[in-house]
Amino acid sequence: MEGRDATAVAVGPLPSRTPDRREGLWDLAVAAASSKTFLTGAVILVFWVLMALFWGIVAPYDPQAVDPTASLAPPSGEHWFGTDNLGRDVLSRVLAGASSVLTVAPLGTALGMVGGIAVGLVTGYYRGLVDDVIMRVVDALLAFPLIIIAVLVLSVLGSSKVNVVLVIGVVFMPIVARTVRSSVLSEREREYVAAARLRGESGGYIMVSEILPNILSPIAVEATIRLGYAIFTSATLSFLSLGIQEPSPDWGLTISLGRVYLQAAPWVVVFPALALATLVVAVNLVADGLLQAVEE
Amino acid sequence: MSVADGRPVVDIEGLSISYLRRKRPLRVIEDLTLSIRPGEAYGLVGESGCGKSTVAMALMRYLPANALVDSGRVTFAGDDLLGADEATLRRWRGSRMAMVYQDPASALNPSMRVGAQISEVYRQHRGMDKTAALKEAGAMLEKVSITDPGRVLRRYPHELSGGQQQRVMIAMALSTDPELLVLDEPTTGLDATVEAEVLDLVEQLRSDFDTSILFISHNLGVVRRVCERVGVLYAGRLIEEGPSDELLRQPRHPYTLGLLRCVPRRGMRKDALRLEPIPGSLPPLGADLPGCVYASRCPIARERCHTEPPPPYETGEDRISRCHYHDEVPAIPSGEQQVTPQPPSDGATLLKVEDLVKSYGTTGNSMQAVAGVSFEVRQGEVFGLVGESGSGKTSLARCLSGLVDASSGRATFEDRLDISVSEHRRNAELRRQLQMIFQNPDTSLNPRHSVRRILGRALLLLAGVKNGRERERRSLDLASSVRLEPRHLQVRPSALSGGLKQRVAIARAFAGEPALVLCDEPVSALDVSVQAAILNLLLDVQADRKVSYLFISHDLNVVRYLADSIGVMYLGQLVDVGPARAVFDPPHHPYTEALVSAMTTLEDLDGSRPRIKLDGPMPSPSDPPSGCRFHTRCPRFLGDLCRDKAPPWQRDADGHQYRCHIPPGELGDLQRTNGAFSGEPHAATKQDQPPKENGQSG
Repeated sequence: MEGRDATAVAVGPLPSRTPDRREGLWDLAVAAASSKTFLTGAVILVFWVLMALFWGIVAPYDPQAVDPTASLAPPSGEHWFGTDNLGRDVLSRVLAGASSVLTVAPLGTALGMVGGIAVGLVTGYYRGLVDDVIMRVVDALLAFPLIIIAVLVLSVLGSSKVNVVLVIGVVFMPIVARTVRSSVLSEREREYVAAARLRGESGGYIMVSEILPNILSPIAVEATIRLGYAIFTSATLSFLSLGIQEPSPDWGLTISLGRVYLQAAPWVVVFPALALATLVVAVNLVADGLLQAVEE
Repeated sequence: MSVADGRPVVDIEGLSISYLRRKRPLRVIEDLTLSIRPGEAYGLVGESGCGKSTVAMALMRYLPANALVDSGRVTFAGDDLLGADEATLRRWRGSRMAMVYQDPASALNPSMRVGAQISEVYRQHRGMDKTAALKEAGAMLEKVSITDPGRVLRRYPHELSGGQQQRVMIAMALSTDPELLVLDEPTTGLDATVEAEVLDLVEQLRSDFDTSILFISHNLGVVRRVCERVGVLYAGRLIEEGPSDELLRQPRHPYTLGLLRCVPRRGMRKDALRLEPIPGSLPPLGADLPGCVYASRCPIARERCHTEPPPPYETGEDRISRCHYHDEVPAIPSGEQQVTPQPPSDGATLLKVEDLVKSYGTTGNSMQAVAGVSFEVRQGEVFGLVGESGSGKTSLARCLSGLVDASSGRATFEDRLDISVSEHRRNAELRRQLQMIFQNPDTSLNPRHSVRRILGRALLLLAGVKNGRERERRSLDLASSVRLEPRHLQVRPSALSGGLKQRVAIARAFAGEPALVLCDEPVSALDVSVQAAILNLLLDVQADRKVSYLFISHDLNVVRYLADSIGVMYLGQLVDVGPARAVFDPPHHPYTEALVSAMTTLEDLDGSRPRIKLDGPMPSPSDPPSGCRFHTRCPRFLGDLCRDKAPPWQRDADGHQYRCHIPPGELGDLQRTNGAFSGEPHAATKQDQPPKENGQSG
């Protein structure tokens, strides 16, 4: 018995030999948090999220309150960002505008991600005919410029928040599916998948419980990049008056309506445009930070 | 051979190196002092993680950005190496010092012809023009014994075999006649016959060039063959150093002794001797160890060892050992030799494979990875399957395990269950009975699942344990049967060492009490000390559960130790099958003969064994040679007969059979007089010519 005990290996907390393979979203977040890029983006993003939630408390005026006496007033102590043609406070409208873009864009992204992950998992895991058929459809979808599909669909279905979410989700799905599929393709060759098959796991279990947790990092990065595009897309659609409709203080819409006053009262356009720019940049910074953390 | 006097080419003194990880410095090399003399080959051995490669990188000044040289001095032919600036280094690298890496396939530029790559060195360092450089490159290839250098120059790296690629790397490294050549695991990952070829070359070059060599390897046998002096690294410390023959014959440090005792030696069989793994594991990087780094695993450690770091004691001429009790090392008793009782093999056939074929690709462009293989595995036996990479071992295992469908042929389990179909068409009973252990536990265990979940899932599906509490109890049983502790259940695989991970993988395979376990190179990704523990474990589990193994390995030492029967594969076909002892002794298939002669072991260096060289690379399985598939490389090639006619099975009395035109009596005589097997020490001449040209041998 003595000798057998000798083979029982005593263990200490051993460092894995492969230098720090990033595991899971928590490790990823910890790694990303040490990068300045990520932190800068995250701070701005958190600011806008808070505004989207609590603009009612922070905004100095009701964003919809019309004041004909103060039409197109320049920035002043009273109205920091000035007022628009109806005398509405631009600062309040900019703060309130965060809420529409930050509902539509994340919901659209989430829809696209869920659909894309499902399609990516199925095509990547099963390969064969399923893969061929679905991926050809995806290729066809990808061949159209995003904005053309959006314009087409919204002019047929009519514009509403729900439809914008649907459109963003649908056009993102094939893009996400491609990314997920390529991750699945490399992951399915790992032997833990073979081991799962040999003990008789179902395809669904292998995809969702074995493979999916191991490809969360690239999925997180993809989701952030998509969110940036979604914000941009939703603003574009509002600008083209295909998305969110008046009297919403939505940034894209405000820019579109205010652009006739660009010469006389630039603040009507500049401030919502800056808001949009900071949000998109912030999301992209976060995406960059995550990507770096994944690649490290 | 070595010039003992004269200034050393490399002189390392008190070198300490740390890596910064998460802003914390972790010491990887501690107070390293060694020197390499002109013309000497110095071997640096140790297990993974001991700092071998860091030393090589420090010598080339290729250390990664997060490495810090904390103290010490390195001089290269009298010049300060650590202080040299980039311009100087660039001049030195490639002209005065050169390095050959582990994997030649990735070290060569795949988009450049071999000629262009080698001549680049001449153009860079000698300022030659294109034609002159190319001519020199050709001459250099000739020196590293490449056949037809003119053609090889025009090839791309992927068109060469692994051995040829490594020759090209060595040619490139030697092209400027450097003072120092660093070989970092130059044969790891190469097949045995290719390894032998590369080592022969290194030996031959030793006499042609007066380059000093730093030879880094984890393989003691390889180092002993090539090097005059050896240093053993453990946890970043040089714990023993000395002339290689002497040191490996009479180690004076318990770690060196432990390493030597845990590899299967010639003639060592599972029924006679148990392997002796080194208990414990390597201390974690940056661990604070006030005393001897090996104390926690050492059989003779005392109080003093844990508190006082041992200085380099002189233990003989040119020898040092960092062990307080180095005098006692030769007297360390061998551990208990109690062998695992062999399960009685009742001889019933468990697995029967008949003419199994697995082909890949479409019709018209298909490739037979397994080309008609037949064999049987009996109850309770270990069937060893050997062959070089590309021989079809893994494809065969994937067919039998059910990961892929067989293209044709039959495979039956216990004479009733058809297993030539893939896993989703198998029933639960068959899945339970036939499980698999994979090569690399890093990838065979899901990194996101805890050990508890991994084992629990296997118990649920393979043993049908639905009750959660019952499953927990069975998981604990399973874990303890592979000597894992209960606390290991809650962690994820990344928190475990390689050996422990492999134990989890073994436990998982045994969840449903299988009758046959396919082991695909289960120990080749592990260090030798861990390898011994895993092999012992496999034998123990076998004794407990009366399971059979189909054990696939490229390591003949391991297979010979473990297997009851052996099958040798070449290009998708089985060429030699029989009881383990018979397969390793003549008469056996010429390919087996070549494999056996290419083994590097620790024992047979007293008289150098003649090695059988195989010509050329293994042909592509998509276009196998006519007649006997081995005829293009066979050292006993007979002529047209071999080329035209597929050889018959030659059988002898004890159930050994091989596929060759030469009958056992004749072949046995040839192989014995050839002395390829170490039986006759006097037979030192190698017969290059085929023994017969008339092609009539019945």
